[in-house]
Amino acid sequence: MSVIKVEDLKFIYGEGTSFRKTALDGVSFEIEQGEVLGIIGHTGSGKSTLVQLLNGLLRPTSGRVYLNGTDIWEKPKRIREVRFKVGMVFQYPEYQLFEETVYKDIAFGPENMGLSGEEIDERVKRAAGFTGLREELLKKSPFDLSGGEKRRAAIAGVIAMDPDVLVLDEPAAGLDPLGRDDLLSQIKKYHEERRNTVIFVSHSMEDTARIADRILVMNKGKKEMLDTAENIFSRGDELESIGLRIPQITKIMMLLKEKGIPVNTGILTVEQGVNEILSLVGDKQKKTGGC
Amino acid sequence: MVRDITLGQFMPGNSIIHRLDARTKLLLLIAIIVFIFAANNYMSLLLITLASLLVVLLTRISFLLYLKSMKVILLVVVFTGIINLFYGSGEVLWEWQFIRITEGGVNNAIFVTIRIATLVIVSSVLTFTTSPSDLTDGLERLLSPLKVFHIKVHEIAMMMTIALRFIPVLLEETDKIMNAQKARGADMESGGLIKRVRALIPVLIPLFVSSFRRANDLAMAMECRCYNGGKGRTRMNTPHFTHRDLLALIWLLIVFTGVILCNIYFPATVR
Repeated sequence: MSVIKVEDLKFIYGEGTSFRKTALDGVSFEIEQGEVLGIIGHTGSGKSTLVQLLNGLLRPTSGRVYLNGTDIWEKPKRIREVRFKVGMVFQYPEYQLFEETVYKDIAFGPENMGLSGEEIDERVKRAAGFTGLREELLKKSPFDLSGGEKRRAAIAGVIAMDPDVLVLDEPAAGLDPLGRDDLLSQIKKYHEERRNTVIFVSHSMEDTARIADRILVMNKGKKEMLDTAENIFSRGDELESIGLRIPQITKIMMLLKEKGIPVNTGILTVEQGVNEILSLVGDKQKKTGGC
Repeated sequence: MVRDITLGQFMPGNSIIHRLDARTKLLLLIAIIVFIFAANNYMSLLLITLASLLVVLLTRISFLLYLKSMKVILLVVVFTGIINLFYGSGEVLWEWQFIRITEGGVNNAIFVTIRIATLVIVSSVLTFTTSPSDLTDGLERLLSPLKVFHIKVHEIAMMMTIALRFIPVLLEETDKIMNAQKARGADMESGGLIKRVRALIPVLIPLFVSSFRRANDLAMAMECRCYNGGKGRTRMNTPHFTHRDLLALIWLLIVFTGVILCNIYFPATVR
C-alpha cells in the first residue's frame, strides 16, 4: 500500500497579490511503504514546496495529500500528528538547534509527542547512534559542535520522532566529500534497519542515484518523470534540456555508446562503470585470444 | 503572514516621484507633515489632502497598496478618532448620561483621522518610491551639515541602511526556523499567553544566533573591502538636483502659500 499519495496538487504563493507565483501545478504520484524516493529538480522547480506540503507545513491551494489512506487536512486541528509521522529535515537544519545540550535538542521532538521519559531517553540514544554522534557529545552545547556534528544532531532530532516517512531536503549541502559519503551511508543504514520510507531531495544526481529506488524529476512546478534511476538517466538529453546534469560516469557511458562501443548506459556509479568497461575489455581479450 | 505587510516596502517603478532626488522627497514629506498639522480649518485641510493625493496619484502605484499599508494602523486611526469625538467644546450635538458629543469634538475627530491617514499615506509614498539605499543616502546628505557638531552622520546612515537591508532577510529566516520547529511538533498556535511566549524560545534563540553570525560575516566582508567609516569615502552615484526637483519645490511653495492663505482668511475650526 502506498504511504503517501498526492493527487493533482497545486500550490500558489501570494495568492491575490502582485507577487503571485505558481510553485506547483497538478502534481500526482504515490510513494510505496519502505521505498527511497529521490526528488530532483532545478532551483525553483517546486521540490521544497512539494515536501512542505507532504507534512502539512503548507496547505495546498487545491488537490489532496493522503497519508496511509487519509487526507491529512481532514482534521486541520490534528495536523501536528501528521508532522510526527512525516519527519522533515530542512535545508541547513543546523540553524534550528536551540537547546542547552545536544541531548535536550534531540529530545525536543519526542517531548512534543508527549512520550514518557524512558522512551525519550531510548529514542535520543538510538537517533544519536544512527547519525554517528558519540555519546559524550550529547552533553555538550549544540553551539560548541563542528558544522558536520551540528548537521547530524539536527537530523537526529527528527529521526528521534521515529517517523513513518523521513524527508530530507538537501541533507548533504555544504558538507565536504567525506562528510557527504558518511551521511549518505548513514541514511542508507537507517533505512535498511528501520524499513521505513525515505524521501531525499537533492540536485546532485550522483547522491540521489546512490540511495534512491525511484527518482521524481521536477521541472517548473510539474512532474517531469518518475522512474527508476537507470530509466531516468537513460533519458539524459531530456534531463539536460531542463537544466539537469546526469552523473558524469553515465555521461561517459552514453558517449562511448555513441562511438559504437556496446556499453550499458544505465551505469550510475564509478565502480559500476569500471566493472562494465573491464568486462568489455575482458570479452574482447577472450575473442582475440589474449594479449 | 509576516510578509504581507506593505508598510515601508519599496516598490520599484519609473514615475516622476520615483525619479525625484531622495532629498527632495524627504523635504517634501517633512513639509507636507508640517502643513497637515498647520492646517486649522476645512479649506486648508482640503487643500493639503488634495495635494497629498496628487502626489499619491503621480507615483502610479495602485491605491490598494496604500490602503493595505493603512491596514496595519487602521485600529490606531479609528481609536484616536473615537477618543477625540468626546473631547472639545462648543454646541452640544448629542448627550447621554456622562457622554457628550460636541461640535468641537466632531471637528477634532475628523481632523485627527484625516491627519493621521494622510500622514501614513504620504510616508508610504516616500518608502514605496525610494530604494532603501537612496533613502539613507539622501538622509546622510541632508544631515551632513550636522558634521560640524561632530555627529557621525555617515555612520548613522550606514546603520540605517544595514537595518533596512536585513528586515526581509530576518523575516525569511524567522519563517524558516518556525517551520523547522513546527516540523518537530512545536505548537505555536494554541495555548495561553505564557505558553505562547514559551513556544517562541525555540524560534528566538536560533534567530539570535544567526543574526550575530550574519553581523559577524557582514563586518568581515566590509573590512575585506577596506571600509573604515565615512572619512574620504566617495560615491558611485552622486544624486543630482534636476529641474524636476526644482519643480517639486516650487509646487511645494505654492501649496504652502495656499495653506497659509486659507488659514488666514477662513476662521479656524480647530486649535
